[in-house]
Amino acid sequence: MNKKTLIGCLKAGFVGLILLLLYAPILLLAVYSFNETDIIGTWGSFSFTHYQKLFGDPVILGMIGNTLLLALLAATLSTVLGTLGALGMFYSKKRVKAVMHGASQIPVINAEIVTALSLAIAFVAVGLGKSYFTLLIGHMVICTPFVVLSVMPKLKQMDNSLYEAALDLGASPAKALFKVVLPQIVPGIISGFMLAITLSLDDYIVTVYTRPSGFETISTYVFNATMRGNAHTAETLSSFWALTTILFLVIVTVVVVFNLTGRRKKEVTK
Amino acid sequence: MIRLRFSRKTLGIPYAVFLLFFVIAPMFVILFYAFTDRENHFTFMNFVRFFSDPTKLSTIVYSLVIALITTVVCLVIAFPIAYILARSKMKRKFVILMLFVTPMWINFVLRVNAIRELFNWMGLLGETNYFNTVFGMVYDFLPFMILPLYTTIMKIDNSLYEASADLGGNAFTTFTRVTLPLAMPGIMSGVTMVFLPSMTNYVVSDMLGNSMVTIIGKFIYEYFGTDWHMGSMVALVLLIVVFVSTWASGGFKAEENARGANL
Repeated sequence: MNKKTLIGCLKAGFVGLILLLLYAPILLLAVYSFNETDIIGTWGSFSFTHYQKLFGDPVILGMIGNTLLLALLAATLSTVLGTLGALGMFYSKKRVKAVMHGASQIPVINAEIVTALSLAIAFVAVGLGKSYFTLLIGHMVICTPFVVLSVMPKLKQMDNSLYEAALDLGASPAKALFKVVLPQIVPGIISGFMLAITLSLDDYIVTVYTRPSGFETISTYVFNATMRGNAHTAETLSSFWALTTILFLVIVTVVVVFNLTGRRKKEVTK
Repeated sequence: MIRLRFSRKTLGIPYAVFLLFFVIAPMFVILFYAFTDRENHFTFMNFVRFFSDPTKLSTIVYSLVIALITTVVCLVIAFPIAYILARSKMKRKFVILMLFVTPMWINFVLRVNAIRELFNWMGLLGETNYFNTVFGMVYDFLPFMILPLYTTIMKIDNSLYEASADLGGNAFTTFTRVTLPLAMPGIMSGVTMVFLPSMTNYVVSDMLGNSMVTIIGKFIYEYFGTDWHMGSMVALVLLIVVFVSTWASGGFKAEENARGANL
């Protein structure tokens, strides 16, 4: 074997090993989610018990519904707010732009727990307490800056003379914005929305500090169930294996579909 | 009645108001609480009390060591991966990069739970608490290191490597004189993106460290139930750390840092 192929093998081996480590916990759960027993390591027989348990438990279904609805709401509102914000910032004077950009970065670079604590104390200080509204605001605070970050580069790439051409041809500024500017930043808006969804679905810390009492998301529910660790929760824990597997399959599907459609579009434009 | 003329700038007003109320104002609330006592009198005592408590100080040291080890391990793993992928001529290397990011999109707590189950199966849970915590943090924060490194190494002009080779530089000098200096911005933003959650994200240390590992973020959680002034003080210290490290690493670079926003 010559030196070059050896190095090539080493490189591939290293990348492969790290990927294997990354996927090992998920694959372990995926395999045992189809196991009859509750114990990882002892294979009973193939069954859908854990899936039946997952879909038969109204509490678990409720918290999954909570998580999804919250993510959709927070992502939609964040996308509207963030897109408008990015447009406003892009066309503002340098000074205003810099100040808004700086403020918008705070939740991005800040430790999540600092954001969460500051919001929680501020809400209580002004008498808002903790409600669905404060929870939604909390999620919007962590999502919206990422929407701005996704939309901004598309605005910078845009050819500004098109907007002026539209005005010259008699379009109103609002119409020019909708018909000329908006279509060009749509990819940024979509990726911002997707990112907002994943950030909201993923969140634990901000949720814990801003949620109304009794409100559970996947994150808070799973955390509490694993940390309590009594016999009753052991049964719940194995239904999380099924949930992890389902989420993993959904994500893989989304990634594959996005890659395929994305590639086709690029080929068409070529 | 004044009729507002439509201007593109005005579109930013809702977001500006949102930032003012829900980002800027809460920071001032933290600032106020950190410097006051329960009777709302100005005081430095929160800081003095915290930093003169030996048990608190030893926890801080442990937390910093955990964060440091996590960051170094992430860097050591992520740099070769980012370098190999960025320099590879493979057509589908983007797909491999995606493979590193995909696990990040499964719910964070479920992901940590999966590691917990793996450790439980291997008999490590409750045995090697510090190892488990560091493993979990590396697992969860690795993409934050890979992505900025990949984007900065991608930007390095290929002719620079050729020039280095033409001028007699061997692989090592090319690495230390070309790759490393040019990848520095990526390293800096990767390090900040990993170091900070490693100090503060107590979900990982609680679930994998069997509640035996305390990190700085956990203080805030504990104070939240008992003393907001002390909690705000810890938060303020973390806030200052964030600002200083961001400033030191030459400001924030959006394109390297958007958690895969541009993927």
